[in-house]
Amino acid sequence: MRYIPNSPEERAEMLEQIGVASTEKLFESIPENLRWRGHLNVPAAMSELELLQRFEEMGAGNRAAQRTCFLGGGAYSHYTPTIVDHLISRSEFFTAYTPYQPEISQGTLQAIFEFQTLVCQLTGMDIANASMYDGSTAMAEAVLMAERVTRRRKVIVSSAVHPQYLEVAHTYVQHAGIDLQRADFDPATGQTLLSAFDALDDQTAAIVIQSPNFFGCVEDVKALADKAHAAGALLVVTVTEAMSFGLLKSPGACGADIVVAEGQSFGVPLSFGGPYVGLFATRDKYARQIPGRLVGEAFDKQGRRGFVLTLATREQHIRREKATSNICTNEGLIALCATIYLETMGRRGIQEVAQQCAHKAHYAARVIEKVPGFALPFSGPFFNEFVVRGPSAAAPLLARLAQEKGVDGGIALSRFNPDQPNDFLVCVTETNTRAQIDALVDGLQSLTS
Amino acid sequence: MRALLALIDRHAGGQRPPLDESMSSNITKVTTHLSPNERLIFDRSQTGRRGYSLPPLDVDEASLDEIIPAEFQRDDDLAGMPEVTEVDVVRHFTRISTWNYSIDQGMYPLGSCTMKYNSRLNEKVARIANFANLHPLAAEAESQGALQVIYELQQHLAEITGLPGISLQPAAGAHGEMTGIMIIRAFIDARDGKEASAQRRTMLIPDSAHGTNPASAHLSGFTVKTIRSTPEGLTDLDHLRELCAHGDVAGLMLTNPNTLGLFEKNIREICRIVHEAGGLVYMDGANMNALVGIARPGDMGVDVIHLNLHKTFSTPHGGGGPGSGPCCCSKELEPFLPVPRIVRSLSRDDEPRAFKLDYDYPQSIGRVKAFLGNYGMMLRALAYILTHGYDGLLEATQAAVLNARYIAHGLQSDYEKPFAGDPMHEVVFTDKRQSRKGAHTLDIAKRLIDYGFHPMTIYFPLIVSGAMLIEPTESVGRQELDQFIDAMRSIAKEALNDPELLLNAPHTTRIGRLDEAAAARKPVLRWQPPAEPHAAATGSSGA
Repeated sequence: MRYIPNSPEERAEMLEQIGVASTEKLFESIPENLRWRGHLNVPAAMSELELLQRFEEMGAGNRAAQRTCFLGGGAYSHYTPTIVDHLISRSEFFTAYTPYQPEISQGTLQAIFEFQTLVCQLTGMDIANASMYDGSTAMAEAVLMAERVTRRRKVIVSSAVHPQYLEVAHTYVQHAGIDLQRADFDPATGQTLLSAFDALDDQTAAIVIQSPNFFGCVEDVKALADKAHAAGALLVVTVTEAMSFGLLKSPGACGADIVVAEGQSFGVPLSFGGPYVGLFATRDKYARQIPGRLVGEAFDKQGRRGFVLTLATREQHIRREKATSNICTNEGLIALCATIYLETMGRRGIQEVAQQCAHKAHYAARVIEKVPGFALPFSGPFFNEFVVRGPSAAAPLLARLAQEKGVDGGIALSRFNPDQPNDFLVCVTETNTRAQIDALVDGLQSLTS
Repeated sequence: MRALLALIDRHAGGQRPPLDESMSSNITKVTTHLSPNERLIFDRSQTGRRGYSLPPLDVDEASLDEIIPAEFQRDDDLAGMPEVTEVDVVRHFTRISTWNYSIDQGMYPLGSCTMKYNSRLNEKVARIANFANLHPLAAEAESQGALQVIYELQQHLAEITGLPGISLQPAAGAHGEMTGIMIIRAFIDARDGKEASAQRRTMLIPDSAHGTNPASAHLSGFTVKTIRSTPEGLTDLDHLRELCAHGDVAGLMLTNPNTLGLFEKNIREICRIVHEAGGLVYMDGANMNALVGIARPGDMGVDVIHLNLHKTFSTPHGGGGPGSGPCCCSKELEPFLPVPRIVRSLSRDDEPRAFKLDYDYPQSIGRVKAFLGNYGMMLRALAYILTHGYDGLLEATQAAVLNARYIAHGLQSDYEKPFAGDPMHEVVFTDKRQSRKGAHTLDIAKRLIDYGFHPMTIYFPLIVSGAMLIEPTESVGRQELDQFIDAMRSIAKEALNDPELLLNAPHTTRIGRLDEAAAARKPVLRWQPPAEPHAAATGSSGA
């Protein structure tokens, strides 16, 4: 096996040197009746050439990967500068472990410190952690943190939050004694109904919203923050399309207490749903309640500046069952990927991408709306995603559009909500050309006329 | 130095300048060397620098205020975000990368972390465009290749663990633990009914366990009771029986081989005791690198286990992640796994949709993550398994255990080995002999850096005072094992003769030991931009 340096001959010599009679004897501490004596029913070893061919063949079965894509809903197709993948592919980054030994891990630690800073700048918050698994688990952890901070047990989540995020939150809190309630959205605007929070009681730990929400609509975050704060509750803001930070007012500036986001938009490949990276930011005063790892500045005896993992007393390896979270491994390399992306695009690049997304999405919305039978059911402002209501069931229409026109035109919302059979969610990014948008419109028109 | 002198020699036309004491003492380390002094990216930022290129906008541009109300737009012009060029970014990250130790540089003997070689082939597989560009909400019929990869990996992991139920959704080991423990909770709720189940809220965890175990148990609403280890370093069966006698035990979380590197030879009996008490057995699969092809948790009586694809199956740790923590379980627990499950459709008519997502498991604990898990890690793990084949997987296990035994043998004369039993893939030593002269585990670890090695896991497991847990993995050759043993023995001598050398180590790194206590007292967790009095006032949104 080419990944195992010691040859069988060397291994035989090593056995002799340590006085073990055979390889078999190495496993003497396992009782014989527990030994697996067959050979595992997995295929025989494949050569590099055979293996690549096999994966290329399987990959060919992913026809969706070859189509023009207008899919969003928590995973977005953005352009990534070439250097991002090159830099994260450096051995020093991708084959390193969690930076437990700071003297020989400063590359990782400094990059995370920059990541935490960038997340704070984008979200408008004071502190950010070194990453969570993804946006959905970050939101669930935010719910748990809100309970810890407020010692209250009720959390109200907007129904316009990504349905899979809601499911994850339910899984996480099912044994935590937290009562997760839903708040409706306004069927006219697509935004969370403010009136749902008129009568918050003193048991409410947090309001959880997403903005732009699952339907693409931008929420009135400030008004929601005011509602939460009036009742002594926290406002948790979730963002699935992190590129919106480039254009929309930061949740921090609107009064959010915890901001969580999916960072996939920042240079991370779609890769069928992962690995992505969860962003988690909050206020200074909650530093000791935040889940996950934190990197902080430190100095050596000579006064040289470096970085270390810090505030570890919150974490599982010290606090065990009293830890703020069970998280250990996070998404380090993906956080690095987002860091390199954000620094390469920079202040102006993030703004320009965000603006292009918004302009192209609004162009697409304007032209789709003109197709007979199609309408935009929600009036709320949107960033780069919007719901379209078609003249017939969306799922079969989109399937035909893919097969006949080679365009993945959106996500049928019937997949998440049977009450919206004709609705589909269209996402437009800077990667979609005007020609592609026009082809989408032509496709919709020709399949419904 | 010799090359430099040769160069001077040539330039001086053969007339070598005299090399005397005064000259060599004039050669001092340049402290302004660029690489070690690379600052934060924010310090490189200059207004007007750009590192990106985008095509011009090709649609009609409405005014921003028309499409998004002004009060919803950013008004800080993203002040403080860096403005740098592509060259700046490449140099910045290349320089700081050289401050990291990595597997590709050498042995990374972190016990319980299984830092094995990360193959470039697996990286290439994960970047195949038809996988990398696939959207997670694309139609099933259009994503068959991706689903096939998940399905095949599930089959192989079920075979390796001997546990047929499997979900690849968890994103890391601790996430897989949480999933496994929630499955136990859901099973007991269903078996006993909510009321009786409420009497079973105790999770038993050995005192040698990973900290994630109790944290995960807590998330599922369990109270943790700790089981003692015997002087041999194994689970204390009498204590286990005692703890199981009260009818409140929901389960046991056990690592096997345990975190001392010892196989729990009484595992069958342990499982029997827990099962008879009405509980289930969860196995922490962090140490599966000792068992693949040798023994299967399913055959030991284990009900549910998590694996770490980023340990046993070589997906890169990436400086702290991403991981992937598949959860494998018995047939009995299968209905409780997270949804959706990836199944193979049996109907022939269904041929084009051979693999599908199945949500129809009403007893499921629910979803633990959006989409289907850390898919890119699944591609790499499948590539690892197919590259090794059944015989290569076995060979890797054998080589990993041999390497650990070789180190155990090589160090036993110089370091205290607290348990007599033969270790499997990792071995624990202590600083008992060295600490008499004042050098402790931390100092030994830091001194090891001066010899070019990444330190082992230190002060874990918690039950061993001054623990040094060493896991070489199969990815280390004999010469390097010898070098490691020599380095450790040399440090043992230094600890006796010159402990100061250890106390101030490392001596060869860019920075010395950092004051972590001060860092935690007044945490500085981000860079702060210098006050920019005019930026906020402009209120424009840039570009």
